[in-house]
Amino acid sequence: MLGLNKHDMKMLLIVAALAMLAPFLLNPFPTDSAMAQFNAGYPDLMQRFVIFGIFAIGFNILFGLTGYLSFGHAAFLGVGSYSTVWMFKLLDYNIVPGIILSVIVAGLFAVVIGYVSLRRSGIYFSILTLAFAQMSFNLAYSVLTPITNGETGLQVYTSDPQYLIDDWETVPHLFGLVEMRSTYTMELGAWSFDFNAGYYLCAVLMVLMFYLSIRIFRSPFGMMLRAVKSNQTRMNYTGLNAKPYTLAAFVISGMYAGLAGGLLASMDPLAGAERMQWTASGEVVLMTILGGAGTLIGPVVGAGFIKYFENIFSKINENVLHEWFGFLPDGLENAVVWVVEHFVGSGWHLTLGVLFMMVVIFLPGGLVEGGQRIMRMLRGKKSDNDAEKTTQSTPAE
Amino acid sequence: MDAVILQILNGLDKGSAYALIALGLTLIFGTLGVVNFAHGALFMIGAFCAVSLSKILNLSFETIDETQTDFLGNPLKVKTAYIESWFGPELGASIIDWAVPLAILFSIPIMIGIGFIMERGLIKHFYKRPHADQILVTFGLAIVMQEIIKHYYGANPIPTPAPDVFKGSFDFGTLLGFDPNVIIYPYWRLVYFAFAAVIIGTVFAFLQFTTFGMVVRAGMADRETVGLLGINIDKRFTIMFGIAAAVAGLAGVMYAPINSPNYHMGMDFLVLSFVVVVVGGMGSLPGAVAAGFLLGILESFASMNEIKSLLPGIDQIIIYVVAIIILLTRPRGLMGRKGVMED
Amino acid sequence: MSKSNFTRRGLLKTSAIAGAGVAMPTIFTASSAAAYTNEPTGSGVTLGFNVPQTGPYAEEGMDELRAQELAVQHLNGEGDGGMMNTFSSKALKGNGILGNKVKFVTGDTQTKSDAARASAKSMIEKDGAIMINGGSSSGVAVAVQGLCQEAGVIFMAGLTHSNDTTGKDKKANGFRHFFNAYMSGAALAPVLANAYGKDRRAYHLTADYTWGWTQQASMQAATEAMGWETVNNVLTPLASTDFSSYIAPVLNSGADVLVLNHYGGNMVNSLTNAVQFGLQDKMVNGKQFEIVVPLYSELMAAGAGENVQGVIGSMNWNWQLQDEGTKAFVKSFGEKYGRPPSNSAHTCYVQTLLYADACERAGTFNPCGVAEALEGFEFDGLGNGPTLYRADDHQCFKDVLVMKGKENPTNQYDTLEIVEVTPRAQVEYAPDHPMFAGGELGKCNPGA
Repeated sequence: MLGLNKHDMKMLLIVAALAMLAPFLLNPFPTDSAMAQFNAGYPDLMQRFVIFGIFAIGFNILFGLTGYLSFGHAAFLGVGSYSTVWMFKLLDYNIVPGIILSVIVAGLFAVVIGYVSLRRSGIYFSILTLAFAQMSFNLAYSVLTPITNGETGLQVYTSDPQYLIDDWETVPHLFGLVEMRSTYTMELGAWSFDFNAGYYLCAVLMVLMFYLSIRIFRSPFGMMLRAVKSNQTRMNYTGLNAKPYTLAAFVISGMYAGLAGGLLASMDPLAGAERMQWTASGEVVLMTILGGAGTLIGPVVGAGFIKYFENIFSKINENVLHEWFGFLPDGLENAVVWVVEHFVGSGWHLTLGVLFMMVVIFLPGGLVEGGQRIMRMLRGKKSDNDAEKTTQSTPAE
Repeated sequence: MDAVILQILNGLDKGSAYALIALGLTLIFGTLGVVNFAHGALFMIGAFCAVSLSKILNLSFETIDETQTDFLGNPLKVKTAYIESWFGPELGASIIDWAVPLAILFSIPIMIGIGFIMERGLIKHFYKRPHADQILVTFGLAIVMQEIIKHYYGANPIPTPAPDVFKGSFDFGTLLGFDPNVIIYPYWRLVYFAFAAVIIGTVFAFLQFTTFGMVVRAGMADRETVGLLGINIDKRFTIMFGIAAAVAGLAGVMYAPINSPNYHMGMDFLVLSFVVVVVGGMGSLPGAVAAGFLLGILESFASMNEIKSLLPGIDQIIIYVVAIIILLTRPRGLMGRKGVMED
Repeated sequence: MSKSNFTRRGLLKTSAIAGAGVAMPTIFTASSAAAYTNEPTGSGVTLGFNVPQTGPYAEEGMDELRAQELAVQHLNGEGDGGMMNTFSSKALKGNGILGNKVKFVTGDTQTKSDAARASAKSMIEKDGAIMINGGSSSGVAVAVQGLCQEAGVIFMAGLTHSNDTTGKDKKANGFRHFFNAYMSGAALAPVLANAYGKDRRAYHLTADYTWGWTQQASMQAATEAMGWETVNNVLTPLASTDFSSYIAPVLNSGADVLVLNHYGGNMVNSLTNAVQFGLQDKMVNGKQFEIVVPLYSELMAAGAGENVQGVIGSMNWNWQLQDEGTKAFVKSFGEKYGRPPSNSAHTCYVQTLLYADACERAGTFNPCGVAEALEGFEFDGLGNGPTLYRADDHQCFKDVLVMKGKENPTNQYDTLEIVEVTPRAQVEYAPDHPMFAGGELGKCNPGA
């Protein structure tokens, strides 16, 4: 169905179900319990999960299939955000023009940067993309401030023209039907679950983008991209020019990034220059590798992991720890708190660093590979079927 | 003219830092083929070797001075360094003053040790793994190293001055026939330049003129054949890793007086060092050094007021513009070897 | 290809239902009974402390966090009460705020506007925070202030020095206790003219982002009014770590003063580099060459070490002040943490108390009521003498300190000394001053 085989269909449905039920799945702990700290089901973080999921899915189309490691994808995320906020500033708070423009602008940027960078391969390609992105970031932060509002980030002022604005518009919305921030909170006993309009919009788009990426992976075009990765020279000898294919992949993944940027700005109308910094480009690389480069679902899992640590672990402070371990005898409590303290709050980077090392040492191929191994062990080695082999291509070199 | 000479000096000085870092990185990245995102962290650890030595020398005991009070109004605890009480205040103070140069000796074994442990314990298992995995594991390692330093030393920069004799600046202009005070340059930066030249020269000589170096060079070119000849290339690569770590560390030790070290200084240099190595060309040590100096000098020129007024913001992007131009005109950077990290 | 049991029709149906589900929330949005965002439900009130915990300003963030925790203790009636005893308003009783025990949540801004907003949003959406406080850069402050305005909570800005925070980016829900670039200029210029003479020629190095520009413009205007001449203003990239190539030409430019409009790591490095070049040992135009750092902080001074000696700059507050409020605060902070508080710690501590006090006086947590109570509020006893929160732009007016790097520090915290306490009247300006023009305060937003 939908041009997918059974295995892919199952995966798409799982992703769709997870995305739709996320408000429940991410808030497993009662609101007032000590474990509520680990709940991630609030609108902002759920939005980030799916938006960075889109970003990583797009990145994986380039990296996972062709093996070209771009270190400058954040530039497309950034221009996407800037385009959307500019649409808010010039037209009104309807998110549709902004999102469309963000994809187009990111696509154009990708054509230019891709055309130039793809003249080289391997590490030389990575450094070219990095150079373009860093140039964009440095200029956006300083010289281009009239366009980007520099350090502060581009935001909407009441003095902006906003030619189409109506009186009731104060925040981003979809054709006036629904505001992105509107949230319905369902109280269910001790639990509470947030259903946010913006989240569902992003989630639906994420599922669509996921579907699109499955189709690309399974298409002749995707086949061609894999050929680029496995042996470009041989491909050239057979009379095929690889460049149009890789450029197309580059532009598609740039547009994914632009869409993610546009959505970020639609959920929260501010575009900061840091979105284009090399650390942001590095982040999506890490997300993809952490989850499993070349797998369909890996990048989404990786994005979720990193965002979870960034937003949840950084908020656990000493007080919270003392609450958790309050049941222990005093001396032991302090000892435990002292140890754990290094990994949470201001130490959340350490947790992330250790996690990166653990995953790559013990789960080569990323989290998805790890998950598959565990499944295989549980099922007793039998389900080594073909479908899994096709999903799990070897990570790029 | 004087402005140009000044910027050449600046460029050589910046370039020597870039070249040193890129040299170490090329030994690991361009020759062992490992994408080492922890290289910046090694540089940072080097700088903190200097900080640590100066802290160790400053280890002190407290005596309570009833005549003075601290900020809460309690009697002041006066600290005296053990060194000063052992060697007498004068000799002790001058030992503390020379902490940074002494840290060179202190850091070499530490850095080589760290390099060995890194290679044997971690990197060794990643030679055959995809570059993506190498990035992830070394980036994770860099974060862990950073966080350890942050835990012990805090996030604030720690002033680590050079010995008193190197304070102030040398008047170059008078040598060249300019008026006094026209071309002045800090002594320590001149020391840094000379130091970098010595280190670079030593590494090259070592690789060029020793049997060990010859085998390593052969191993870089064709690891398998060297292995087939019955030479234990792995052991030599471990040693090379140690040397690379030591070069990064020494660059850091000597850099400490130029800018107060902080825990994330490695990340500031990380991107730049990769750019330098790639512009120099993968697998080429002379390329890395040349690119380091080239980018240093161009960066200095770009920050001149005359050039900035023509092209505002050029100093923000010069490095990247040059990188793009070079990579587009010379497919493998300045002196890259064919086939290294090209796929 | 299709081998699955799902029919196209079935899927269409499901997606139609899902679509309806997406549209549904609008109906429910306004249905909540709360009168304003995160109205406390009786089990206490939650404040959000959003400070940098990673990255170059982590140390500054830690100090803010210490002060905020101390403030919460004092509000809940624990500890010695600190500045609550010296505060001129006596509305706070040490039983929390309006009888609600004060709780707090913390987050990491990473000194990035994006991350700071994400963290503030999680405090508002997940933890029910009713006020956000903290931060150590103007970009972050402006970004989070905008968010708080949209979300309908009060923002107490923490360390932010750019004119824009209460200038073109001012917001009705945001208040700034910290001083700003204009005030630094106004306080420093007379002291500089006094110390170094009125016929000086200044060379500016300026961090190339919004804060740097407003700082430079303010310093240039204020010093030129004293008769100084501005030789050049050079913008330096934020990412610079080595400033040698910007400092090398200074000596030949005919300037005899170098003004470093840098903060944080930039300031530590540029000052260190300038001292390395031995600029202060030189005589230019027959005068001793001098360096000025308009915005000081204790932590940056500590980072620059002995390089700050003799260098003049300004500060919002310093622990060496001798008024009763300062003494009380330094005592309770020092006894708890064994170190004197920094000026950003003071700002966050004071803002937490001021917020609580405003709630008490307004009798509500409603942001509009709280903002009204803070607007035009005059008080004393929190350091810096008599202080005003101006209604027009939510900027705080109080005495400003001019500091100088101490020549012979006796301990690690004793790096700066107070040269002059510039009276409030001298740093005041009209709300429509051109450096602050362009923005609109707007109306207070209670959220729901």
